[in-house]
Amino acid sequence: MSAQDQERKIRVLVAKPGLDGHDRGAKVVARALRDAGMEVIYTGLRQTPEMIAEAALQEDVDVVGLSILSGAHMALLPRIAELLRVDGMADVIIVAGGIIPDEDVPALEAAGVARVFGPGTPTDEIAAFIQGAVAQRRPA
Amino acid sequence: MPAGDTAAALVERLLQGDRRALAQAITCVENGETAAGELLAALYPHGGRAHVIGVTGSPGTGKSTLVGALARAYRGRGLTVGILAIDPSSPFTGGALLGDRLRMRDLAGDAGIFIRSMATRGSTGGLSRMAADAVHAIDAAGFQRIIIETVGAGQDEVEVARLAHTVIVVEAPGLGDDIQAIKAGILETADILLVNKADREGAEQTIAALRMMLELRNGTPAVVAHHGAMMAAPATAPSRQEDAWQPPLIATVATEGRGIAETIDAIEAHRAHLTGTPEGREAEERRAEAQLDRALDEALRRLLAEKVDAATYRQAVEDIARRRRDARATAEQLVELLRSRGD
Repeated sequence: MSAQDQERKIRVLVAKPGLDGHDRGAKVVARALRDAGMEVIYTGLRQTPEMIAEAALQEDVDVVGLSILSGAHMALLPRIAELLRVDGMADVIIVAGGIIPDEDVPALEAAGVARVFGPGTPTDEIAAFIQGAVAQRRPA
Repeated sequence: MPAGDTAAALVERLLQGDRRALAQAITCVENGETAAGELLAALYPHGGRAHVIGVTGSPGTGKSTLVGALARAYRGRGLTVGILAIDPSSPFTGGALLGDRLRMRDLAGDAGIFIRSMATRGSTGGLSRMAADAVHAIDAAGFQRIIIETVGAGQDEVEVARLAHTVIVVEAPGLGDDIQAIKAGILETADILLVNKADREGAEQTIAALRMMLELRNGTPAVVAHHGAMMAAPATAPSRQEDAWQPPLIATVATEGRGIAETIDAIEAHRAHLTGTPEGREAEERRAEAQLDRALDEALRRLLAEKVDAATYRQAVEDIARRRRDARATAEQLVELLRSRGD
């Protein structure tokens, strides 16, 4: 028979928590992930952690990608990870990008962020990381 | 399906109002997982209460903003709203950028709202099944109004619009000659016509053009379309001309909320019009028939996959591609094969 069983699509929520108004990076990543065959739900600027967690829940995403340049990452990212856990979505992979100093990365990882991508990361690398991480989580 | 969960447990949670269960149920039916059949069978008896509204129109007409405004207005009237926002998948990569939530952000944080984005994932009629199944799930979860938003660009979208009880076609001024485009098929499905962005230049011409087309349409006798063929209307239907629904034409500016209350009133008037009338029953039967046809198509294909080996199928495809035999005769032969191998 013709191949009916499409592979399960990876769904990614791309959001910008906090108050900075720079969404170019988030848009570039959203587009790159779409071009890598993923379904990307883009929610745009100035999202509260609650809005992001609720959107992730309704959209039943595999991955939440967060872009943050305001410097408030140490407050916002752990809060989002916590809300996802409370909502029963501890298995959702959280990745972050933007302006995040190296010394903050270990604390963010401990808080549940799977990977932090710095400025200039090739978008292929982000897509490859997500594909690998999702493949690991899903039962074979 | 979430690992370690059964369809029955998922349905139980969904019926208790667990939003995550609803989200997971939609994923399950969207991916056509093995458990989808059991899930849908369990959900179906709990549905049928929601009024389903289809909103369709060309890109750039402001559909998402409009859907957001309608949802907010319904919340103001104390009704809960589920939204299914459908956007195209890229035919090249299979990926999709789903941006409708961007224009509905002020609906966040309201437990009476549930928004789900869906990608079209190819165009083999699968979309209308996915959307119909998702609507069943949202309906069973108890949302009172369900809005399906689609780009009104092709046959698939028209089919999705036909899932709805009330179809709204959205136009906007200044989009060039797209009234021509909607003339072919989509306008005929409209129960309500909106000219959004009505504060823009050219709105009056757009309204005038649509009004003229509506008058033309209302002058022609109703026919029932089935399987793409026009069939003569049955003798018992349609109801007399003066009782038939006349699609209203409403000017809106969704960003400012203008025309939104009138639109809600029109939807509710259409809903009342369908309730308990022969027209409403016929529409319900048409939807049921479309669902049954779709399910039969799929069941037949599954049966074929079971009874006919892949090599035979590939051979049939090759026969058609090499012009040894036409598709119709080949299909007949496969059905013959099925018949001979039936239990």
